Formats: sequence, structure tokens, C-alpha cells
Amino acid sequence: MYNPQLNAQGELIHLLTTEGLPKRILTQILDRAAEYVAAGEAGNKKFATLAGRSVFNLFFENSTRTRTTFEIAAKRLSADVTSLNIQASSTVKGETLLDTIHNLEAMGADLFVVRHAQSGAAHLIAQHVQPGIAVVNAGDGRHAHPTQALLDMYTIRHFKGDFTKLRVAIVGDILHSRVARSDIHALTTLGCPEVRVIGPKTLIPTGMESLGAHVYHDMAEGLKDVDVVIMLRLQNERMSGAFLPSTHEFFKYYGLTPEKLALAKPDAIVMHPGPMNRGVEIDSAVADGAQAVILPQVTFGIAVRTAVMAIVSENQRGRGAQA
Amino acid sequence: MIETKNTVIRNGRLIDPTQGTDTQGDLYLAGGKIVGIGSAPAGFVAELDIDASGLVVAPGLVDLCARLREPGNEYKATLQSEMAASVAGGVTSIVCPPDTDPPLDEPGLVMNLRQRARKHDLARLYPVGALTVGLKGREITEMALLREAGCVAFSQGDVPIADLQVLYRAMQYAATFGFELRLRPEEASLVNDGVAHDGDYASRLGLTGIPVIAETIAIAQIVQLMRATGCKVHIARLSSGAGIELVREAKREGLPLSCDVAINHIHLADVDIGYFDSQYRFDPPLRSLRDRDAIVAGLNDGTIDAICSDHSPVDDDGKLLPFAEAERGATGLELLLPLTLAWAERNRIALPAALAKISSVPAAKIGFSADLQVGSRADLVVFDPNEAWTVTREALRSQGKNTPFAGMEVKGRARYTFVKGKCVFAL
Repeated sequence: MYNPQLNAQGELIHLLTTEGLPKRILTQILDRAAEYVAAGEAGNKKFATLAGRSVFNLFFENSTRTRTTFEIAAKRLSADVTSLNIQASSTVKGETLLDTIHNLEAMGADLFVVRHAQSGAAHLIAQHVQPGIAVVNAGDGRHAHPTQALLDMYTIRHFKGDFTKLRVAIVGDILHSRVARSDIHALTTLGCPEVRVIGPKTLIPTGMESLGAHVYHDMAEGLKDVDVVIMLRLQNERMSGAFLPSTHEFFKYYGLTPEKLALAKPDAIVMHPGPMNRGVEIDSAVADGAQAVILPQVTFGIAVRTAVMAIVSENQRGRGAQA
Repeated sequence: MIETKNTVIRNGRLIDPTQGTDTQGDLYLAGGKIVGIGSAPAGFVAELDIDASGLVVAPGLVDLCARLREPGNEYKATLQSEMAASVAGGVTSIVCPPDTDPPLDEPGLVMNLRQRARKHDLARLYPVGALTVGLKGREITEMALLREAGCVAFSQGDVPIADLQVLYRAMQYAATFGFELRLRPEEASLVNDGVAHDGDYASRLGLTGIPVIAETIAIAQIVQLMRATGCKVHIARLSSGAGIELVREAKREGLPLSCDVAINHIHLADVDIGYFDSQYRFDPPLRSLRDRDAIVAGLNDGTIDAICSDHSPVDDDGKLLPFAEAERGATGLELLLPLTLAWAERNRIALPAALAKISSVPAAKIGFSADLQVGSRADLVVFDPNEAWTVTREALRSQGKNTPFAGMEVKGRARYTFVKGKCVFAL
């Protein structure tokens, strides 16, 4: 099947989803990110890769953290960065998504980082941008959040090494989570033999098994002997719409406490894409505990986003044009 | 355009879906009617002589659901453009749902629409009246007066009635006069903000799901209300295997129930959405491959009575949006024939039986016989069942150019279309 993220040579020209990306590309991104981490540790934080290039961060949905890390990453590559918060919705009649994109193209954009509330928005943009312009999906609806998944993979690789021996549990609101979907695709591609999703039936989408995940409704059972626990953020909106009765009950049954974490392997790591709701999906004792790797995730996130922007830009320009 | 003339259509393959016959012969038309089959009536002098060798001659197609967008949405399509598309597709009778702007909830609106349609003098137009005022689901319309104005049935379009009391009364009232309701089975509270079939594929794409129970619960309610009221109901555009099974049971029980399916749902399924292709956004949603197989089986065994085009002209702006924001539907009037033929060929359905689904069966629902009998209306399509053509923007006469079948090669194309004995389309 035609993959809109790859060019004819099979190189990454947009990053839209982790689904369908071959292992070699996932590994290439992680390896490149490792170079940036190492360079950063050596005090080298600035690269000329995107000098003279314009990066537009288009956030149609609120975000502080992701937008900030993309800004930092683009600046590390010496790009000119413009961040736009566009609070638009389908109900507001105005400029369409593609009109916005075409206007920014006319202003000389080279790379779009896009977050949008609708699943598929990044695909739509990638299908309609002029050749040579890269699109990086910073989260589209419930569909995908590939840079988050890649930073999660980086973190897991950093702390655990080999994916082929790991049991990973993703806990909470799987239904509304683009992070969960992107993590599952990345983990299965990287050879993780057992991915579990844990949550009440109202928050597990239909047909999860077809994505290669095992479904658990009992957290104690689901956490047993896992190497990695990925907690998801629970949005407050879920209390309306009859998904859940209360945060209190959710925390009791699906919140990560030291007692529940004790069921996982003793050296299990705990991850969270942030921002955390302490006392809702995670107990502070766990969030601040020795097994949590939530802050390293943030640090790695900048390196991973730097790597992604560098790779798609290089591939868009063609390797020959690279200085 | 050729004026009405005494016409002979020579040596065609005459298919009468009401009789299931498929014979070679000549057909004679005069005064808007079929006046002779095989041999000319005494004194017949042909003014127009058409050689139909190798072509099928059949009753004009009857489309149970085509939106012409008038009144209210003329920027998407007009009566003129869509009626031209209709006859180019061999469709001589169009049943249009009431979901125009304003909705067809007053006799004056209906008469006005019919009058404008007659002015174009192409296909015949049969409006379906709104079941409730403004399609709001609160007060019932003047159904009997709407019938006098020319409405053939009553429907809510795509806006289901949320209040069962209103639906119950509407069915009682319609049953008083023996009117038929066209209902699309959908429980709105289960659709909510759903945009795609609730299954593996929507989960993968992160699209909000519409569960099959949204259809089956609505059908179960309709069936119960039919038992209580005796109202005749035609269920419009089924989408699921479970829904078809409920219809099958209700028919077995002898309830006055019929149903149709949209042409798109015979050929497509949710997986065809691919990477969020908004051409595949439909109401009801395209369901799983298993549901699509059940639709084909339901057509083959007769549970599904008719096929409609569900013609919905949508402009490019309506489709160049993220999937969940894109408009639903596709152009269909010109694809009804070839896509029905494709189903028939794949399932070894004889041509008379296949054409019945898009001519004689829907015609009977409107109240006329789509046949090839002396004295019958000379609404005809003459087509080459084997002519291959590619669905392109240029090939389509409809103002709506969007369809998932764009770029595909299909087989079967109208060469001549006659309405009231007049040749209104010739390729």
C-alpha cells in the first residue's frame, strides 16, 4: 500500500503516524536522536541543519509542552520558527485548514508541525502541501502522536535496551488516546512481544486486538510482570458522556499506586506523556518515585523531535542538496 | 434535444423486469406511450428510427433517493444540472428526499418544486414530503395535503425522530390514509459524534465510531411501531448485516416492510477509507467487509428490495476537510446503472432481476409499473451493458464531481434515454 510518509526511495519525508513505518526508519530516528542527546551532554546544542529554513508550528489545539519542545528542537537546528495558536473549529466558518496551509506556504514555509483536534488532519495537509515541504504530526485527534511514541521508544530503549524481551502495559483512556495508538504501532514494529492495554470497557476501543494489543480490564492482572508501564492522561471531560463515574473511582481501580506497581517487575519503569493528573491516574509516590522516568522522557523528547525535523528536511531536500 | 416523435427502436434486447423477460425485438413509441412490440401498430410511421442492435432496451431507471439540492443549496447543484445527470444515467424517475432548505414540509413548496422540474422537462420528479414540520421531529406535517400536492411518501431525510411518541403518532396518522413512510433507521443518541463504522478500522484511524446497534435498535423500534400502527414503512439505506437480518424476520412475519440499500454500500467497506479519504464518508457509514457481504447476500435473496443511488452532490470544499468535518455522500445518478450491473455480473444475477432493483420495484413503490407493455409509459433507457467508461469529472454531468469511484473503469452506459416518449438524452 502507498505510504504517504515515504518517498519513492522509501525515505521519511513526512512523519504522520508510526503505523506502517518500517523498523529501519524508527531505528534511524532513535539513533539520530541519540546523537543529539550525546551532543547535548557534550555541551553542543546548536546545529546548522535547518539554517535559513522556516518552521511553522501550527497548533489548532492547545498545547504548551509539545509546542515548546518542538520550538526548542527547531531552534537547535537553527531554523526560523513561528508558532501559531489557531483556535479554530469546524463550526466556526472561516478560513479552511487548507487555505491556512496554502497561505503559510506562500510565506515560505519549509516544514509544518501540526496539531489538530481532528484525526487525519496531518494526512490531509501532507497530501496537499507543495513538494519539498515536510509535515510533522504533533497530534491529530485520537489518531496519532508519532513523536511522543518515538520519544517513548527512545526512553524504553535507553532504560531497557532490547524490545524483543519486553512486556509493556498502557493504562487508562485508550479510546481517546493518540499516544496509545502510536505507541502500540511503534512497539509492535520494534519487536515487542507483548503489548497490553488496561482500562474499563468504556475506554477501550473496538477491535484493539487487531492492532496487536492484549486487553485487560483488571489492572492487577494487566500489570503482572510487566517491564514498562505507560500511564495515560485522563481528561476531565470523560466524567461527562458516561465514560466514567468519577475520578475517585477511576483512581481506585486504574490509578497507579505503589501497591499496584509492585505487581510489575521490580525494575519496571513508569512513563507518562504528561501533563500528569496526580491522584487521578497516578499517585505522587509513583510519579516522584525511583521507577518513574517521566522527566527523562521530556529531555529525550527534544532530541527525538530534533532528529525527526532534521531527517524529514534532509529527505525533502534530497540527499544531494545537503551541505 | 429531439422532440417527441413516433419512434421505432429496432432490434434491441428488450428486458421487462416485471415479467423477467429478455427477448430480441423492435419497440414502437408514440404519444408518450409504448404502442407496439415486435410489430408496428397499423398506420405507424416512424419519425425517429434507432438501431439498438447489441443494446439493451429497458424501462427507465427509478432512483428512490437522489438529492437535487434545490431549493436552498443551488451552489452545490441545481435541478437543471442534476436532471441532466439523471437522464444521462438512464434514470427517468427521481424520488427526492425532503431534506432541502427549507424542507419540503408545505404543499406550496412541493408544487413549486414539481413545477420547476416540469419546466426542465427531463426526468420525472417525485418528491417525498417531510414527516414533521421543518424535519424537527416535533409536529407532524399536513400529510394528506402534501400527498395531494404530489408527495409519494413521507420521510425525515437523514434526521431521525428522537421522540418515539411523535414517531408513533406520525405512523398512526400516515396509516389512516395508507401512506408509506421512508425511514432511515438510526438511533441518534448512539451516533452522537460518530463518523465511521465502529470497528477495527475506525479504532485504528482514531475516528469516532457509529456502532451497528444504532441501526438495529432503530429497526427494532420501527418494527414494533409497525405492529402497533399497521403503517407501511420503507427502510432507507441499510448498512449492516444485523440490520438486514431484522428486516428479514419482519418480512417473514408479513409486515408491510420494504427496504433499499445505497449503491455505494454494495461495493465499499470501511477499510476503503484508507488514509482518511473523505470520499468514503457516508451516511450511514460504510461498514465492515462482512456487512458488505451481508448486503450483497440480502440483495441476492430478495430481502433488500431496491438499490438507490443516494445521489448527494458535494462540492470540493465540502470534501477537502479532515474526514470528520467533510460532507457526507457522493454523486450517484450516473453510476446507478453501471454499479448495479457490476453487482449483477459478480453475483450472476440475470439482467431482468438486476434491473428490477432499480426500475420496476422502486416504480411499484411510487405507484406505477415500469415495464415494456403496450400502453405503458414510454420511459426507457437504451444502454450498452458492456461499454466500459472511466468515471471522471468530465464524464459526469452532475454538478457534484465527488465520488469514491472517480478514476475507476465501470461497464454499462446509457446511449438513449426516453421520458414520456421523448428522447431526452442521446450519447
